[in-house]
Amino acid sequence: MSKPSLPAILADFAAEQASLLPICHEVQAAFGCVDAAAEAAIATYLNLSRAEVHGVVSFYHDFTPTADPRPCVELCRAEACQARGVEALVAAAEAAAVNRVRVKTVYCLGLCSSGPAARVGDTLHARLDEAKLTALVRSL
Amino acid sequence: MTTVRISDDALALACGADAVAAAFKGAGCTVERVSSWGMHWLEPLVEIEGKGFGPATPEDVPAILSGTSGKAIGPIADHPFLKGQQRLTFARAGRTRPLSLEDYAATGGWASLTRTRGMAAADVVAEVLQSGLRGRGGAGFPAGIKWQTVANAQAARKFVVCNADEGDSGTFADRMLMEGDPFQLIEGMAIAAHAVGAQLGYIYVRSEYPHAIAKLKAAIALAAEHIAPFALEVRVGAGAYVCGEETSLLNSIEGKRGEVRAKPPLPALEGLFGCPTVVNNVLTLAAVPHILTPGGASLYDSLGVDRSKGTMPIQLAGNIRHGGLYETAFGMTLDRLVNAIGGGTASGRPIKAVQVGGPLGAYIPPSRFHLPFDYEAYAGADALIGHGGIVVFDDSADMGALARFAFQFCAAESCGKCTPCRIGSTRGVELIDRIRGGGKAGPDAVEALPQMHNARKAGRSREEDLHLLEDLCETMQLGSLCALGGFTPYPVRSALKHWPEDFGA
Repeated sequence: MSKPSLPAILADFAAEQASLLPICHEVQAAFGCVDAAAEAAIATYLNLSRAEVHGVVSFYHDFTPTADPRPCVELCRAEACQARGVEALVAAAEAAAVNRVRVKTVYCLGLCSSGPAARVGDTLHARLDEAKLTALVRSL
Repeated sequence: MTTVRISDDALALACGADAVAAAFKGAGCTVERVSSWGMHWLEPLVEIEGKGFGPATPEDVPAILSGTSGKAIGPIADHPFLKGQQRLTFARAGRTRPLSLEDYAATGGWASLTRTRGMAAADVVAEVLQSGLRGRGGAGFPAGIKWQTVANAQAARKFVVCNADEGDSGTFADRMLMEGDPFQLIEGMAIAAHAVGAQLGYIYVRSEYPHAIAKLKAAIALAAEHIAPFALEVRVGAGAYVCGEETSLLNSIEGKRGEVRAKPPLPALEGLFGCPTVVNNVLTLAAVPHILTPGGASLYDSLGVDRSKGTMPIQLAGNIRHGGLYETAFGMTLDRLVNAIGGGTASGRPIKAVQVGGPLGAYIPPSRFHLPFDYEAYAGADALIGHGGIVVFDDSADMGALARFAFQFCAAESCGKCTPCRIGSTRGVELIDRIRGGGKAGPDAVEALPQMHNARKAGRSREEDLHLLEDLCETMQLGSLCALGGFTPYPVRSALKHWPEDFGA
């Protein structure tokens, strides 16, 4: 499937400020980032200033200014997963990732009774131990 | 042909439910995907003719089908974990297919919506008031009063917003409800809309819940004709914890930075796009269809203790043997919840602390496990119920590190609007590092500069540093705009009070 173009994404949304987050989600999903050029195009389409759009893009953790082509494991390191020992797994996960995989910290995937938990795309993993987590990282 | 029921809840999927379901299909069974019973240590839980097997793997399939599996737990509905519960909001958990309108209608679905649409709006609000239902998001504000304020406001447009930005660690009840019984939430929102005169509703879900988002979107499409003319839209968050605060959530829906708004004006009067808006948590709105059955409000009011009425879906999480969802009337002690029901720690080591109410909740030592689960009792003990999550820690936990984490989390997630939270959280991390590191003998390089004539030149004793920490906590608690900065002192102070030895004393 080819990537949708930015104008095609914008055309799907009403030209009002309330569309800004849904648009940014689409742009981030399609291009892996919401960069300065995208911010400018979105600002023009929504009749906002670039500063307003940049303010929103930079506020939310889900939007990034540059794309990271590496596969990504989102590892939960919030309290419930800490209670189940996630901190002891971080070094092994990063060693397995080398620089090929991105190990990103997130706070809570809602699997708090069965942590440590991780997410790759929309696939969830629970009850991780060092062996399972490093295998997951290496499999990407 | 054998019918096998396996949950498609995100937690079951994370534990490998899809592979188990595929193995049963391969063995010639009919597989029905249902919601989760909430017994998470048994997921993936397989149900055949009411009997349970778990946690199941694909390799267990032949033994389960031949009746020789060692993972049999007997009739699921009779399991002690479920027997002791009083499920109102989660009455359908484990029993119905989440996206089946047929299952929903067969279990009493839409009856309350039909009933309330035949009632005057004011009577609907009166029944919610009578039930004593309080907001389940954490603040515990009476839902009926909020609805009444919106209903009495004069405006051309009004909104119902569901706060499904369940960011607290240790909580998953909203997620389970959205994934397991989405129509109940939709019905609750439609009832709220009728009661206050709203035309449009939003469900704001965090982006960390992709399965809940997909289920809700599908459920809204299926339910559209049942709730018309009321219409619903799903909005997806973007990884900001603070958007669980109602005013920053509203800003986020409007396409703005998720910054907290000063109150007043209350969202009930000037909320989304400046219009009167009901903002309620998932569990609050999902409790509404039950309350509005005939006699439901009185039943709800008869449960619980003091001013904490009805049931609370409590989430047992962290280092606990039997983790999962436990819905019960208010008033149960922590000891019973954590030890008798939860079975103690998963690691088998002694419990050191539990944190109730998410990252902003206090750490409670076993010596105070007699506390009844009740909004006022917790407030009186400098703790909070929050969204009902209980995270258990064993004796390997470092409470000083957890107190530091509370500040660090606040610093990472602060919206930046108010100073106590934005700057106080970072200063808090530094201060705890300093206390744990044995203090500071003298000024650092910057403080020693001649320009820094106001900087303190002498070191600080541990007592002075602790006093400073207490000052900082007080400033954040009283001076922050919202609960993020305002409640971060709870975990910090409680950790310091009960486990001073973890701060390098």
